[in-house]
Amino acid sequence: MKKIIDESKLILIAIPVLLWTLLPIYHLFVLSISNQESMLAGKLWPDDPTLQNFQIVFKQQHYYLTNFWLQMFNSFFIALATGLITLFVATCAAFAIARLHVRGGRSIMNLALATYLIPAAFLAIPMYKAMGTYGLLNTQTALILAMVALASPYAIWVLKQASDKLPKELDEAAVMDGATSLQLFRLVYLPLMKPSMVVIGIYALLLAWNEYLYAFLLLSSEKAVPLAVGLGLFLSADDAPWNLLMAAGLLYAIPPAVIYYGFRKNMVAGLTSGSVKS
Amino acid sequence: MTATTMAAPLAPPSAATSGHTRDRALWGAVMLAPYVLVFAVMVVYPVAYGLWIGLDLNAYRRLFADPIFLRTVLNTIIFVFVAVNLKFLIALALSGFFVAQRAWVRFVLVLFILPWAVPSIPTILSFRVMLNPETGMVNSQLFQWFGIVEGPGWLTDPTLAFLCSIMVHIWKSLPFWTLILVTGRLAIAQDLYEAASVDGASRWQQFRFITWPSLATLYVTSTMLSMIWTLGDFNSVYLLTGGGPGDLNHVLATLGIRYMRNNALDLGIASIIVAMPLILPMVYFMVKRLSKGADA
Repeated sequence: MKKIIDESKLILIAIPVLLWTLLPIYHLFVLSISNQESMLAGKLWPDDPTLQNFQIVFKQQHYYLTNFWLQMFNSFFIALATGLITLFVATCAAFAIARLHVRGGRSIMNLALATYLIPAAFLAIPMYKAMGTYGLLNTQTALILAMVALASPYAIWVLKQASDKLPKELDEAAVMDGATSLQLFRLVYLPLMKPSMVVIGIYALLLAWNEYLYAFLLLSSEKAVPLAVGLGLFLSADDAPWNLLMAAGLLYAIPPAVIYYGFRKNMVAGLTSGSVKS
Repeated sequence: MTATTMAAPLAPPSAATSGHTRDRALWGAVMLAPYVLVFAVMVVYPVAYGLWIGLDLNAYRRLFADPIFLRTVLNTIIFVFVAVNLKFLIALALSGFFVAQRAWVRFVLVLFILPWAVPSIPTILSFRVMLNPETGMVNSQLFQWFGIVEGPGWLTDPTLAFLCSIMVHIWKSLPFWTLILVTGRLAIAQDLYEAASVDGASRWQQFRFITWPSLATLYVTSTMLSMIWTLGDFNSVYLLTGGGPGDLNHVLATLGIRYMRNNALDLGIASIIVAMPLILPMVYFMVKRLSKGADA
């Protein structure tokens, strides 16, 4: 009896939690399969569900969607570049700080952490200005650099923590055998760090894929912007075809969701060691 | 190994180690360089430039004369205070639900994470369409089920629109912090609860004397981190209401960008600098805490 009461209490919590969580996502899905009329009627389920919106998105048959595939590719390119560059920058830095104990490494990491903690929206304005000075405005390089700068601090911090957990004796043994620092890095460090590096690469990749503010500040040409900004264009009209936006938005949301769920175990483990910027 | 021992009598004992030390110092510097470069180009120069612009006291005079700015400061304080505390109270409660040892609860957790796993643009815009007073699903359903002809102006009434931004912010960030508190709860030794329930402790007593003392540090650290990031939440306000209606619902994060886009860069920078006395102590405290954690 007590078991049944316990179980029903849990269910009573689960129902509102699920409703709250899924309602906007359900709504997104419903709009994406609604025609214009059902959408404007605010129906819980469209009168005749249709895949036409997706067809229009795929064929880029709407003014707002002329560059859909190009922008999707831009998103991929920017996310991938951010992921790889962040991984390179952060792994090298973490190795230098944690294993080579480079002078000043500690202070650099603290400064990096401070960057990580200052809200990105506040750094956006000076960064935008600096990009103008560098002549990089409206280039994807600007956005990639900005995303690397935003992703690296947390990446370094997590990788440094993971490095500290590797036994010191490994380095000592390798050095005794005459390994140079570079060999140590390639032959000992990198193979052992692979699991953490996967988490960090994905973290940076998703950060860049999901970013809106920086993308919309640093890029303006419709051919250069990632999908996030392309979808934001719908905001410029009050009577925008929201059903098309939601169909495109669903396609845009799928890759990160899939990656996230595919690597859920690793991501959650990475999470517990610190906290990923939400 | 043999090479070193053989060579040892010939060379002074420190030569091998000093060569090794030099190699380490060299490669340490080389490998730290990429990040230092990124940091200098993307953080140091921009921030220095921003501070230099921020030296213009005239900007602050104009800033404080702008009624929108004053309203925004008040909004930001309320936004951060309400959103963070509400979010953490809910997260604390829900983390108790999610540690229940049931397969189906774990499945609920997987769904619960979704808002955090998917990008903001489609989901927040989905809120925006859903809450549209005339055509949105919420008011249409209110009419259908309860016969309410003129539903609330979710995004047209300034107060409601502000509350909706807070709601969207919580919707987006609640899963992450719940997950953090879940891992915190899972780290508590289970036999403490068993002993307590043998002694006849109530649920509340178990929470008060076991759970809370173990979670308190994590709770405070997380709250502070979340405060800093909530302060910088651009998306929940911009994508839902654009700071409207009538620019009444801006927070500092959106107002700075608005100034900048209106060619008032100095005001944008000034509005950020004004927030610094609030942010920097928290950042300092958190850096100390996180870098100490890195040593453990």
